[in-house]
Amino acid sequence: MTAPTIALAPPTDLSPRVRSLVPEDFAKPSGREEEWRFIPNGAFAQFMEPVEGAGHVIASASAATVVSIAALQSSWLPIDRPSAIARAHVTHAVILEIPADHESTEPIHLSLSGTSGVSYEHVEIRFGRFSKATVIIEQPIESAVCGSIVVTVGDGSTATVVNVSDSNRTLESLLTWHADIGRDAHFTGTQVSLGGARLRVLPSVSYLGTGGNAQLLGVFLADEGQFMEHRLFVDHDRPNCTSNVVYKGALSGEKSHTVWVGDVLVRREATGIDTYEINRNLLLSDGARADSVPNLELETGDVASAGHASATGRFDDDQLFYLQARGIDEETARQLVVRGFFADIVSRIPDAEWQTDIMGRIGARLGVPVEIVGDDE
Amino acid sequence: MSQLVITDLHASVITDAGEREILRGVTLTLDSGCTHAIMGPNGSGKSTLAYVIAGHPKYVVTSGTITLDGQDVLAMSVDERAKAGLFLAMQYPVEVPGVSVSNFLRTSVTAVRGEAPKLRTWVKDMKTSMADLQMDPAFAERSVNEGFSGGEKKRHEILQLGLLAPKFAILDETDSGLDVDALRIVSEGVNRYREATDGGVLLITHYTRILRYIHADVVHVFVGGRIVETGGPELADVLEAEGYDRYVAATA
Ligand SMILES: Nc1ncnc2c1ncn2[C@@H]1O[C@H](COP(=O)(O)OP(=O)(O)OP(=O)(O)O)[C@@H](O)[C@H]1O
Ligand SMILES: [Mg+2]
Repeated sequence: MTAPTIALAPPTDLSPRVRSLVPEDFAKPSGREEEWRFIPNGAFAQFMEPVEGAGHVIASASAATVVSIAALQSSWLPIDRPSAIARAHVTHAVILEIPADHESTEPIHLSLSGTSGVSYEHVEIRFGRFSKATVIIEQPIESAVCGSIVVTVGDGSTATVVNVSDSNRTLESLLTWHADIGRDAHFTGTQVSLGGARLRVLPSVSYLGTGGNAQLLGVFLADEGQFMEHRLFVDHDRPNCTSNVVYKGALSGEKSHTVWVGDVLVRREATGIDTYEINRNLLLSDGARADSVPNLELETGDVASAGHASATGRFDDDQLFYLQARGIDEETARQLVVRGFFADIVSRIPDAEWQTDIMGRIGARLGVPVEIVGDDE
Repeated sequence: MSQLVITDLHASVITDAGEREILRGVTLTLDSGCTHAIMGPNGSGKSTLAYVIAGHPKYVVTSGTITLDGQDVLAMSVDERAKAGLFLAMQYPVEVPGVSVSNFLRTSVTAVRGEAPKLRTWVKDMKTSMADLQMDPAFAERSVNEGFSGGEKKRHEILQLGLLAPKFAILDETDSGLDVDALRIVSEGVNRYREATDGGVLLITHYTRILRYIHADVVHVFVGGRIVETGGPELADVLEAEGYDRYVAATA
């Protein structure tokens, strides 16, 4: 039996890394760097050099447009070698504009696909001032992707973005996902990681004014042989903003490995902020490994509240026993417990159909799909 | 008529330090329509007996038998025992975050009855049962036992008892932590179950006060992992007055 691995690192210097449009400005990782140290040998190698004949990612949503990258005005700068390579070689960008004051009740579904086996991705979503909308991004199922999602959250807007990574199990994907949050704006970014052979997602937020609120939520489910890394960076650079990070993972099967790193930097000028981050992992079988590293660096003590937590545990035998003692078979009981574990995140997706869809995928991944009677009235 | 028969049951708890024998030869026959009270001091093994009947994986049976209408209960998995008609109301009901009470109850009732209840009657049944136990309908949408008070957890157990209508119910200190009103409401729930199903009840308790609301035909004194004396309802009054000292001294 492999013991669960829980790493708790002391705060490191989270201050700015290199940011550049030029891939050569980033050295090829050796694997010893802090941000690459969890990556399995040889993983993501295809994204460390430009790929000859790579395609690009396009979108099917009628609301989105695909533009030539040359026409794109974007101030976002890549943060590592793969994102810089993707930015330098992607030919097209997917753009979704939510006009100012626009309120959309139905979620906007952005279904992405690649034009080639390996495709570079650049998606920009702009929420206009005082707009309110939910965007569900489905990452390509049949392409290995490398690239970025850039979200601009206009002043006073309420922006929800759900990014679903559920590609074929042979593929790798590597995404940076940044949101700039305007004054008094609310941003909820939910990452749903299910598929792929190896997945690395780097969500980050920074603030453009005071009063911004960021919710970074995530669910991930890794099974046999899957590697998933979620590495978050919350850059509190303005006063009186809030951030709340909740990531929940479940692991099953031999050699499933997940990594969660939550870096929260509270800069000197970010007084009065409120931040909390937590990662919880549920180990469903032996031979799974979950690394969990919350880092909170405070440059000012003048904050409303700042905290972090991390917990990795096994199936609770008493929960299973309780359900089984009510006639529920073990398989269904396990499903109920795991679905319950994820429910508080999934239930925050502001659309019932998508909640059901995501829960269904989670259920289907947990072994033989069992029909579970719902709460329907 | 059903019968639950426990014969010379020995069982141990599995701990990190090894196995430790708790049950030392329990013998008991319970018929449907009958209520037996089991009374005994702290740590005497009452909950262990309840868990062993329900099949908790933390305990191993080292010898003895349990049969339900002649069927070998010990050979059944936990859920099979529930489907066969055994129900355990737990002393400390478990919290299951993210699983709503209504989803849990329907999944459970569907499993035990072998078919999903008709939606319309189901919703009505659940509402009526909750009202009978003076449970706010809002509980249906809350996570199972999460954040419930001690009394609310016990009502939720009795709600399940009514909906699952088992052949035999083992109630492990269902009365503890209840104020007088709640005790009366919960007891009425147990009595409704007995009338509706002619079920048998094994009532584990410390105190005689619940026996004022739920009539017990037989009272067992449980000390040191076995039944040391059996009598009628009057035995409970003797225990109330004298405590367990006499028995504890005898077995020590
Ligand atoms: N998981 C366990 N690990 C170690 N010892 C245990 C465990 N479970 C039960 N025991 C021990 O077994 C004995 C019987 O416990 P049990 O809970 O069955 O008693 P009880 O009669 O129900 O007590 P109470 O009246 O306090 O509910 C006690 O000494 C208890 O400490
Ligand atoms: Mg007990």
